[in-house]
Amino acid sequence: MRKGIRNWGPPLLLISPTIVILGIFVYGLIGANISVSMTDRHSLRPAENFVGIENYVNLFTEERFLHSLYNLGIFTIFFIVGTMFFGFLWAWMLDKGVSAEGVFRSVYLFPMAISFVASGVVWRWLLNSAEGDRASGLNRIFESLGLGFLQNPWWSDPTWGMAAIALPAIWQLSGYVMALFLSGFRGIPDELREAARMDGASEWKLYRHVIFPQLSPVALSALIIVGHMSLKVFDLIMAITKAIYQTEVPATYLWIALTANDYAKAATIATILLLLVAVLIVPYLIYTARAEKANR
Amino acid sequence: MTVTTGIEKKPAVAAPPAGARARFRLGRTAKYVLLVVFLVVVLMPVYVLIVTSLKPPQDVNPESAWALPFRWPWESVVDGGPTGFDNWTIAWDALGPAIMRTFALAIPAALISSFLGAMNGFVLSRWRFPRADWVFTFILFGMFIPYQAIMTPLVQMKTALGLPSDISTLLMVHIIYGLPICTLIFRNYYVGIPMELMEASRVDGAGMLRTFRSIVLPLSLPGFVVTIIWQFTSAWNDFLFALFLSNQREGPVSLALNNLAQGAQLANYGAAMAGALLASLPTLVVYIVLGKYFIGGLMSGSVKS
Repeated sequence: MRKGIRNWGPPLLLISPTIVILGIFVYGLIGANISVSMTDRHSLRPAENFVGIENYVNLFTEERFLHSLYNLGIFTIFFIVGTMFFGFLWAWMLDKGVSAEGVFRSVYLFPMAISFVASGVVWRWLLNSAEGDRASGLNRIFESLGLGFLQNPWWSDPTWGMAAIALPAIWQLSGYVMALFLSGFRGIPDELREAARMDGASEWKLYRHVIFPQLSPVALSALIIVGHMSLKVFDLIMAITKAIYQTEVPATYLWIALTANDYAKAATIATILLLLVAVLIVPYLIYTARAEKANR
Repeated sequence: MTVTTGIEKKPAVAAPPAGARARFRLGRTAKYVLLVVFLVVVLMPVYVLIVTSLKPPQDVNPESAWALPFRWPWESVVDGGPTGFDNWTIAWDALGPAIMRTFALAIPAALISSFLGAMNGFVLSRWRFPRADWVFTFILFGMFIPYQAIMTPLVQMKTALGLPSDISTLLMVHIIYGLPICTLIFRNYYVGIPMELMEASRVDGAGMLRTFRSIVLPLSLPGFVVTIIWQFTSAWNDFLFALFLSNQREGPVSLALNNLAQGAQLANYGAAMAGALLASLPTLVVYIVLGKYFIGGLMSGSVKS
């Protein structure tokens, strides 16, 4: 690298607005959020006392917040398993030369282009909980296909309701995971497969020892991306059920707290969300940075 | 210069091993059946949207929920009653102004953050400075934070500064939080294209800005298409920032649609579905016309360069 301020001064100057802006609006506001979360600002009144981690302790001993974490857990499990399953299946089926592949690919991926608010309009209708004669949406189609036993109350079910909310999310993001896996499949050199076949490897062994190991970085990316989207889920729930207790997750609980001007509580929930995401993202960023350095 | 998404079919497809032909053919049929079944399932919500939006309110009931409309969309159930097309009129009246505002939001947001992203990407990949990698990670982190983590102080800041609840505040917010992804896309894009020309111009003593303007920018079109689509789509589809920082009267289409779907006319599914289609049309057109670049943006979301 060339030395001297004449060389590195200009580029640093060019990027400095971004550094300052993100310094304020990402790092500064995260700091501000954490400091609000340690005050007793539970109303519009500005009187603030430092209360340490009291808000965190209160939140983790509150049934309502634990319920929202439970909901988030159920949603995340179904969302991740669903998108990974369909994403992998579609990519696997499309990988080995299918005619009209472009059509299938484009259709599987198109829900990605639509907002959760718009898809929420139709999924709210599809996931209508009425059954029997009054059934509409998916329950109606089960009924008319003679699959009446599949009818269920969808998101109104207290235990598994969030799995129903995961359905539209799976619908929207499986295509994305498919695209990631497809790029993974197509990044595997043909010579590798050929060599394994030459050595007499069975189809299963080919997958077990050649394809899966080659796909694992892609699978990790997909897992991280879908996982972090899942922890942030908000739009979809607001569009399908509004912010109600039954389908509450930390992000919608935060909205309730903020509209009630309970700034301290909102900030506390936000910090917990940030920590949840950071646990997932930071190791991944370090891993990617290391891998990139090693490749250079 | 083209953008590759890495998911296109390879030119040559290896022939299946001989002796497996019959099993192969059966497997092939099963595969196509499955693919078509999934196609139908994925398109099912679209069918519901279109069909329901064309039914007059009296025809929207559980028994015929999945049926095609019983009458043409310009016909009504009783003389002078509402028609299927009336749903679309209601939806347009409710969303039209908001759609215009969202264009006024999403287009400048896309252009401005793309341009800033191009400059950042350029100095992070081609005109580097000490610790450039640290700066890159510093910027990148902003892409992954849940925006809820900054929302409370952001709302407080907006109130304290007396910023309006309209498009202008949202425009600023989308530009700021779009910087990380645009920087990432351009950095990866510039790393991938050979730039002997740029090195030559540098050796010839051309300054940084001159090199950027006359050598790098002309080569950047594909990168711009990707970031502009990405930013346009995320600004268009955004609901979180809109809800916390704006309102239905002055805000973007996502708020207006949510209001139409959950507002006073609760039972009017037809109008809500027409509205959902109207609100999705711009991003769908972008996806259909520029699909390859759309996917290019999606893939760069996965960080690896």
